[in-house]
Amino acid sequence: MRSGNLLKIAARSIARNKMRSLLTMLGIVIGVAAVIVMVAVGDGAQTRIREQIDNLGTNMIVITPGSSSAGGVNRGAGSFNRLTLDDAEALERESLLLTAVSPVIFTHGQIIGGQGNWRAPIMGVDTDYAVIRDWPVSAGRWFDQEDVRAKRKVALIGATIAEELYAGTDPVGQRIQLRNVPFTIVGVLAEKGQTAEGSDQDDVVLAPYTTVQTRLAGRSFIGQILASTSAPEQIEAAQADVRLIMRDSHALGDWEEDDFTVRNQTELAEAAQGTTEVMTLLLAAIASISLLVGGIGIMNIMLVSVTERTREIGIRMAIGARGGDILTQFLVESTVMSLLGGFIGVATGYLGSALLGRITGWDTAILPHTVAVALLFSAGVGIFFGFYPARKAAALNPIEALRHE
Amino acid sequence: MGEPRIIEAEGITKVYRAGRNEVPALRGVDLIVAPGEMVAIMGASGSGKSTLMNIIGGLDAPTEGSYRLNGTRVDGLDRARMADIRNREIGFVFQGFNLLARTSALENVELPLLYDRSGRRRDTRRLAREALAQVGLADRADHGPSELSGGQQQRVAIARALITEPALILADEPTGNLDSRTSVEVLALFQELNDQGITILLVTHEADLARYARRLVALRDGLVVRDEAVPDRRRAAADLAAMPELQEAG
Ligand SMILES: Nc1ncnc2c1ncn2[C@@H]1O[C@H](COP(=O)(O)OP(=O)(O)OP(=O)(O)O)[C@@H](O)[C@H]1O
Ligand SMILES: [Mg+2]
Repeated sequence: MRSGNLLKIAARSIARNKMRSLLTMLGIVIGVAAVIVMVAVGDGAQTRIREQIDNLGTNMIVITPGSSSAGGVNRGAGSFNRLTLDDAEALERESLLLTAVSPVIFTHGQIIGGQGNWRAPIMGVDTDYAVIRDWPVSAGRWFDQEDVRAKRKVALIGATIAEELYAGTDPVGQRIQLRNVPFTIVGVLAEKGQTAEGSDQDDVVLAPYTTVQTRLAGRSFIGQILASTSAPEQIEAAQADVRLIMRDSHALGDWEEDDFTVRNQTELAEAAQGTTEVMTLLLAAIASISLLVGGIGIMNIMLVSVTERTREIGIRMAIGARGGDILTQFLVESTVMSLLGGFIGVATGYLGSALLGRITGWDTAILPHTVAVALLFSAGVGIFFGFYPARKAAALNPIEALRHE
Repeated sequence: MGEPRIIEAEGITKVYRAGRNEVPALRGVDLIVAPGEMVAIMGASGSGKSTLMNIIGGLDAPTEGSYRLNGTRVDGLDRARMADIRNREIGFVFQGFNLLARTSALENVELPLLYDRSGRRRDTRRLAREALAQVGLADRADHGPSELSGGQQQRVAIARALITEPALILADEPTGNLDSRTSVEVLALFQELNDQGITILLVTHEADLARYARRLVALRDGLVVRDEAVPDRRRAAADLAAMPELQEAG
């Protein structure tokens, strides 16, 4: 039988039971839509994370307090203030591979200046921070070694704060109060955007770590030490270097574990990707369950259809249809049905990921090959789950089929 | 080879197994039919007429015996070969018409050509129209079975049987659902086709209708008990002409 006729028979049979066909397709629609959204979101998140990791800086190494080996990265990390300025100095002094080192003292508090007040993280850093994070100023200047040494009350403000407190005016040279201590703004940091977790990196004030430590003491501590190498090939060696220097600086015995963690940019990226992996996994689960349910739905409806049309099958066989013709007819029908579901699913998925893209701000571009794979997959589901009913139809005895009903 | 034979069945038996019981439907039937014959098969209900027709038509296989159709051995062929034989050599006409529902007369008639495997490229639509014209239903091509009378449906079925130009038409009680006048009309059509050289086997319960055939075969309990030429063969067309137009269905 010619393929055009087969398609016509399939289309007619699907159109004859519109509502039933639509409900049958629903599983496939949801499954395919989930696949489309999943891939779009996964791709979008991946691109986003890669951008953000690159955005972190160049060839960066992060040293955080606490051991990473004793069950989980987070255990103890940050809970003990085990990083000191001495550590940072030791690294700067002793490592030949590190080209920049900066302690980072985290604190936060009320900020008053310009048109009002604001709360934002305040970070005490060294001048090398600009190099490590690849973070220039868009106006004014970075504070310099002299500012650090003299513990001057100078500050750099992020783009968000410039926007919030100094909209329409030039903040450079203006005064700003950090936790009631007056500082002078020497520069505005270039815009950096969000982190992988979605927090605003531009909502920050940077000041010399020396000043922060003495003037804004209290709950401030060295949260991390950042360092960088001149080339990516040196990162691994530098990490080993850092570890030895840190162990030495902390006077750890041979039997003692590291009380700090050294990670590079790639490792950070992997950690960040964990969150999107959970989401991807969830969508993958939804997708495969819906496709499975959709497939079973198709099988069910096709079995009903075979029973309903037993007489038709008998007639076709009597006038010369081979078992193979009947098999093909029903397979085409189930495949057309699931493909149709696939098309609707692609459209739904397209809308869904566009919506999600708008909400999350991720770039959820749908690649043509994703669509092709999704359609291929739905066709596969139709063939797989349509095969058993089709084979049942093909195996009917023509006489019994004719006598049916 | 001798004289040409379209049907050559010898010692055909058929035993149905219904659970533990064995039902012998045919118990050794010999039947030889030459091209151009028109055979009426009669017999009481359950005598095995349909069973024999199914075997001759390649819808079913005999339990024992040999069967040749147009010189080709049919028993023992696989399902696909049997389907091809049904498509090419045989036209079926059933008591219940067996047209595809919600499918136009034209498409019903065209259907066998869609399963044709000879690879010939033909204008199946045109052939279907011609077949419909041959049974006098050219103007009903686009009507579905539900829009046609019983007699018209049966004529569509006959057109469908004709379209592959089979050597043999098998009709199992083709008039069973029709009134007497329409029955005679159908028989007139069969006689016309038979005059053109098509071999026809038809099962009927009515002795009146059997008289339009050339030969009568009677079955009883799965055996041929009578096989003779019809002595005073009638012409259905002539009987129709003699019938008053508005005769009440008998
Ligand atoms: N599929 C089947 N399974 C079991 N027994 C069957 C089957 N088909 C037919 N029979 C039996 O075979 C015998 C012959 O049946 P068949 O249908 O050939 O009779 P028939 O001459 O066509 O009767 P009727 O005039 O009522 O159509 C009957 O006894 C019937 O009960
Ligand atoms: Mg019968």
